[in-house]
Amino acid sequence: MTTLNAWLLDPNPKSRLQSRVGQTWLSWLRFRRNPLAMIGLGISVALIFMSIFAPLLAPYDPIVQSLPDRLLPPLTPGHWMGTDDFGRDIYSRLLYGSRITLYIVMLVILTAPVVGLIIGTVAGYFGGWVDAVLMRITDVFLAFPKLILALALVAVLGPGMVNAVLAIAITSWPPYARVARAETLTVRNSDYIAATRLQGASALRLIWGHVMPMCLPSVIIRVTLDMAGVILTAAGLGFLGLGVQPPLPEWGLMISAGRKFLFEQWWVATMPGLAIFIVSLGFNLLGDGLRDVLDPRSAGK
Amino acid sequence: MAPVNSAQSSDAAAQSSAALRFASQSANTLFSLFITFIGLLAVTFLISRVIPIDPVTAILGERATGEQIAALTQKLGLNDPLWKQFGIYVWDVFHGDLGQSVRTRDPVLTEIGRYFPATLELSTLGILIGVIVGIPAGVLGATKPGSWRDLFVRLVGLMGYSMPVFWLGLMGLLLFYGELGWVGGPGRLDSMYEMMIDVTVPPVTHMILIDTALAGEWDMFWNALSHIILPASLLGYLSMAYISRMTRSFMMNELGQEYITTARVKGMPERRVVWVHAMRNVAVPLITVVALSYAYLLEGAVLTETIFAWPGLGRYITDALLVADMPAVLGGTIVVGAVYIGINMLSDFLYRLADPRAR
Repeated sequence: MTTLNAWLLDPNPKSRLQSRVGQTWLSWLRFRRNPLAMIGLGISVALIFMSIFAPLLAPYDPIVQSLPDRLLPPLTPGHWMGTDDFGRDIYSRLLYGSRITLYIVMLVILTAPVVGLIIGTVAGYFGGWVDAVLMRITDVFLAFPKLILALALVAVLGPGMVNAVLAIAITSWPPYARVARAETLTVRNSDYIAATRLQGASALRLIWGHVMPMCLPSVIIRVTLDMAGVILTAAGLGFLGLGVQPPLPEWGLMISAGRKFLFEQWWVATMPGLAIFIVSLGFNLLGDGLRDVLDPRSAGK
Repeated sequence: MAPVNSAQSSDAAAQSSAALRFASQSANTLFSLFITFIGLLAVTFLISRVIPIDPVTAILGERATGEQIAALTQKLGLNDPLWKQFGIYVWDVFHGDLGQSVRTRDPVLTEIGRYFPATLELSTLGILIGVIVGIPAGVLGATKPGSWRDLFVRLVGLMGYSMPVFWLGLMGLLLFYGELGWVGGPGRLDSMYEMMIDVTVPPVTHMILIDTALAGEWDMFWNALSHIILPASLLGYLSMAYISRMTRSFMMNELGQEYITTARVKGMPERRVVWVHAMRNVAVPLITVVALSYAYLLEGAVLTETIFAWPGLGRYITDALLVADMPAVLGGTIVVGAVYIGINMLSDFLYRLADPRAR
């Protein structure tokens, strides 16, 4: 163990790999000292764990109805979070719902930042009218309130999980484009870019191999901070009946189902909301912690 | 005498050139916002054209004859080339024509004129609460970073970021209306007053607190206040989360400056150092923050209005969505987008007015 530690913390790394791994290890050591960030990491890992092992953890089927058991209060034996109006175990539905939440978040963070990264780096690298046109388009999308644009898009595309993801992705790429463009502008005129260009590298190669990697850290920080927002927007669309459709156990949808008997059977709407709250709190804590570690500029704050 | 005069005139020249620069910057901002607004219209136009609902069938119904369909298609200009349709669309919007609601057959703009004041009232009250609570909370945190009260403020703010607003609304209703009975339930008034309002209160501003106060119906005013206070506090909490966080970071930055040390060394009371000297400089970037969260509240209002049965723009849009009333949805989107742009422009303008360095 000590030798591994010594290898990781060697001030004179012998190889590129050792230096990289050592840097990551140092970041981790700093991250570990932040208890709030560790809580966030714990929640995120728990969410992934829950969604992978949902079939093993869930005592009941999330979809099959059992009308004799409808609206049982929490702490009923066998249903510690109670049941909903179709007699389905809320705990089991929450477990399966974590899959949908994770799925939506994954799809959005695999699309929106990539689009933003491409548009931002291209605009920043070429400058001139390319920059002007692309940034004007970005501004147009920024001028819409996110949720309203997502609503209008879902109205066109029709309700459903994939369309909700698409709508959220279309509304969330502009900030990434802004971030990527700003980073590109700072590296565009540096010597290493000029050297690579003199060696005959094409614009595509320069952007892909030399500009984009420089933008990645700030984009990644932004992604982790945005994940909570994605969850909240997706839940909001589900709540309005425009996202994931019944009988799937999406958390926002479950809240809207529980709304009808809020004052008599409070737990039906409360439990999924707690789940959303805990998960997005976890992502927010994780994002804050990562930013402190990865972004030296904000480390002092 | 002469040198003083020349100094004065050069001062005046500098001032007038600064004023000129300010004017030209403002003109620039205006122009770029105009372009952005055209872009916004392009997006809504495209949405309205790719939509799977046929506008002709939507207006005439299923049993229209072929001639009727042809006539209406001609009248709506659907045979024109796309660029011409867009031109007509922009022309119409700039003349206040956002189309006709499919549901009620009323012009969309007239309907929005009825719904928007309710949203404005709700989010204005929300931002007031957010500013009144958020700025002192942020300052409290910044003056003693790392203390328990700093941690508390940050935690409350972080929770505001992480909670689904519609769920928080439901929980608020459950607790303060259902269990405690401290506030009014959904809607703008109790149903008893709701029946009276059309008779006794003339709709001057369509904002219920102002209208009832103007009409002198104080019972109704207090009832309306008990209904608005919960959704407004909810929106206030959301904006407070953002405002307190930004205030804290601006204030900490400012308190590290040398002029603050100077003021302290001179023996100025700490309260005056923070609230007068530092606050003046914190206030400038805060203008943008407050404006942004005000614009954001318009968006947060969509879900809040659904929960609280609040007859505002957000609920207008979602209700229209559920019956596929696209002119209403897109009209609402345009208005919200325009307000959003307008608020951004205003904050930009105020920022440059408040901070000479930005000019």
